[in-house]
Amino acid sequence: MAKDSYTEFANTGFGRRITKALGLPQPAKLRRYSPGDPVIEGPVVLVGQSEASDLIAGRLLDWDLDVRRHVGPKEKVAAVVAVFDSAHSPANLSESVLELGGLLKQLKPSARVITVFRNPDHTEDPAARAARKGIEGLTRSLAHEMRAGGTANGLILHENLDPAAPSVAGALRFLLSGRSAFVSGQFITVDSVNGTLPEDWSAPLRNQVAVVTGAARGIGAAIARTLHRDGAQVIAVDIPAAGEQLTQVANQVSGTALQVDITEQDAAERILAHAEQHYGRLDIVVHNAGITRDKLLANMDAGRWDSVIAVNIESQLRMNQVFLDSELFSRTESTVGPRIVSLASTSGIAGNRGQTNYAASKAGVIGMVSAASAQLAARHGTINAVAPGFIETEMTAKMPMATREVARRLNSLSQGGRPEDVAETIAYLVSPAAAGTSGLTMRVCGQNLVGA
Amino acid sequence: MAETVREAVIIGGNRIPFARAHGAYAKASNQDMLTSALNGLVARYGLQGQQLGAVSGGAVLKHSKNFNLVRESVLGTPLDPKTPAYDVQMACATGTEAIGSLANKIKLGQIDSGIGGGVDSISDAPIVVTDELRGILMEANRAKTLGARLKALAQIRPGHLAPQAPGTGEPRTGLSMGEHMAITAHQWGITREEQDELAAASHRNLSATYEQGFFDDLVTPFKGISKDNNMRGDSTVEKLAKLSPVFGKDLGEEATMTAANSTPLTDGASAVLLGSEEWADAHDLPKLANFVDYEQGAVDFVDGAEGLLMAPTYAAARMLTRNNLSFEDFEYFEIHEAFASTVLAQMKAWESAEFCRDKLGLDAPLGSIDRSKLNVTGSSLATGHPFAATGGRIVATLAKLLHGKPGKLGFISVCAAGGQGITAIIEGR
Repeated sequence: MAKDSYTEFANTGFGRRITKALGLPQPAKLRRYSPGDPVIEGPVVLVGQSEASDLIAGRLLDWDLDVRRHVGPKEKVAAVVAVFDSAHSPANLSESVLELGGLLKQLKPSARVITVFRNPDHTEDPAARAARKGIEGLTRSLAHEMRAGGTANGLILHENLDPAAPSVAGALRFLLSGRSAFVSGQFITVDSVNGTLPEDWSAPLRNQVAVVTGAARGIGAAIARTLHRDGAQVIAVDIPAAGEQLTQVANQVSGTALQVDITEQDAAERILAHAEQHYGRLDIVVHNAGITRDKLLANMDAGRWDSVIAVNIESQLRMNQVFLDSELFSRTESTVGPRIVSLASTSGIAGNRGQTNYAASKAGVIGMVSAASAQLAARHGTINAVAPGFIETEMTAKMPMATREVARRLNSLSQGGRPEDVAETIAYLVSPAAAGTSGLTMRVCGQNLVGA
Repeated sequence: MAETVREAVIIGGNRIPFARAHGAYAKASNQDMLTSALNGLVARYGLQGQQLGAVSGGAVLKHSKNFNLVRESVLGTPLDPKTPAYDVQMACATGTEAIGSLANKIKLGQIDSGIGGGVDSISDAPIVVTDELRGILMEANRAKTLGARLKALAQIRPGHLAPQAPGTGEPRTGLSMGEHMAITAHQWGITREEQDELAAASHRNLSATYEQGFFDDLVTPFKGISKDNNMRGDSTVEKLAKLSPVFGKDLGEEATMTAANSTPLTDGASAVLLGSEEWADAHDLPKLANFVDYEQGAVDFVDGAEGLLMAPTYAAARMLTRNNLSFEDFEYFEIHEAFASTVLAQMKAWESAEFCRDKLGLDAPLGSIDRSKLNVTGSSLATGHPFAATGGRIVATLAKLLHGKPGKLGFISVCAAGGQGITAIIEGR
């Protein structure tokens, strides 16, 4: 991981004055989650009066948060949850939006703004859909305006969803907490009442068995550590040649190492056999393994194109089918079924010069999860994708210094994310408290300017 | 006291790739390599924090500072530090002896689980000073005054300073192991062609086995090496025929042993996890095979009555008689390829009615071994042979080969310096 000297400098007293005077980016030290941390410290202000708003208030009070309808003009605010449940037309957004705006100057560092609204696609009424899409637009723009490590995200509820659904609480808690440090300008959709809230929020994955591919290094190793921290038993998978590092990761997380090339035809069968032998179950699959073989399309050869497609998407399609056909993974007895998360990329959303192969594979992942969500829903399961933006890894440390420095600042938080930030979002998506969210591609990019 | 003897189950194994000496692992110590092999095993089977019955292993070439090599290695792993460990040494039979003795403890109910293995490094071998210099240094150490100390040290002469690297020569004959083997090979009429064929087959089999992914759960990379780097998958009898003999040169035209049909000096480490059936089940671990029995042997090679590396022929005869088995009962044979001629000479001896009658005391010869069942995944000529690590490599490989074939038997033969050897039987499940 390359050192981000600029962020360190900008967080010194002198650095803060200089960067401010020169109008330079001011990357803040982000509030990140450690076990035992409170969800969020300070007043959480609820904007908007509705039944949903009351239910959400009750939920936040259950967590002993300092929930307010109003705050004094000098009081610091930790978060604002703006519930637009009853927005029928763009004209009636005004009151709540301006109330929200009035609170922004009182926000603490690493504050959170969460807008809550019904899915725009679920209404045929032009005015209602316009209002709902309008909230999306304002949330994205507000995310750009947030300062000092603050983020703004949206929570989109299915038209008929009871706001008391466990996954609404799960999403709110994720967005309020330090787990979502590098997530901004994003929308979490909740479509079903599936899911359960954990008895112990510090171990939401207790008794769950997870397989993580590409676990030997970087983001994969962080995913293994984070899932383990959240209580899961981890099967760490990587190619045999990466076995030495894989051993270290598996031993760190008290898991098991499985050396297998995921492009082998029997890779999924070998993973299932390992899970069956050692744990007798498999709940979570994280498809993290991926490769890049960059080349302009004009210079692309079959080796580069085919290997990227084979590793980054074909292997996942093949393995998912085997997993879903297996009794071990496809249990349907509870309201929390099998969960899959795939690594996409902002390249797959916005495209990237020299990455036609990589972008094709990663856009393919996004297509795969949206199509496969129905298949998973039949088993009370979920499938989602996570698209990391600029993350500080061994891979990005090899970028030319100037390119890296620019890439870091090109997002609303003016800094690169950490592998742990990606891992936190994945840990949330595979938790029983997110079982109502599926088919989604969530970006962990600090609201990268590329590929909005 | 419990009367019943229970099964000792081979659960799995791990080794680091074997590397030719003075190469990839030149900077790694025995402890580094054994620790790495153990860490890989712990990771594969999720043994972090577990207290095992014992860890047993050793190294043939060992620094005096490594008096507690295995225990020190265990302390460098995530195993519970309350896991006892002890060093074993029986030359190239070290690994098999370590595993066999653990199996016996499990069978007797003394322990429920254990790891057996071994490690060797030629690259990190202890260099010893001459006996003369050591005598002078000890005298200086004992001296009570500065004058006496200087007087002692003044005896040092340039010739004393030449370091002595460990050799594979037999202390009692002064002959290297290769020269001993050349004598035996000549006595048994082992031809150059059959040695080269065996060597080429070893490389071919090992390479094909890697291609199948068979070693994915037996080998963990180390220092950037992910496969045995002595392996030459494109090895052919024609290529090997071009090499000049390196042992038995005094035989002139009849010398047959080359660098290719003899094992190279190698660095590496291996470890095998064993347990009782109950322990394996309680920890959700696989049961690949049973460790059935093993036997040590030794011959009188000093005055030439028997070949240095022929002890396994005697051990095998006793072991098979005791278990009421013949070669026809075995599915696979793992005969350690110290030299191609070692394997061939042992097999010829077992085919010889005369040898089996006069030397082994058998009514009939043990018979021939079906070549299609011999060293089917390659052996030491291809993998290399880090002395004490070879036993663990063979036991784990054979156990995996036999897994899914309940009741099928595998035979192991490993020769060792000092005219010793070891044989073992394992049974698939």
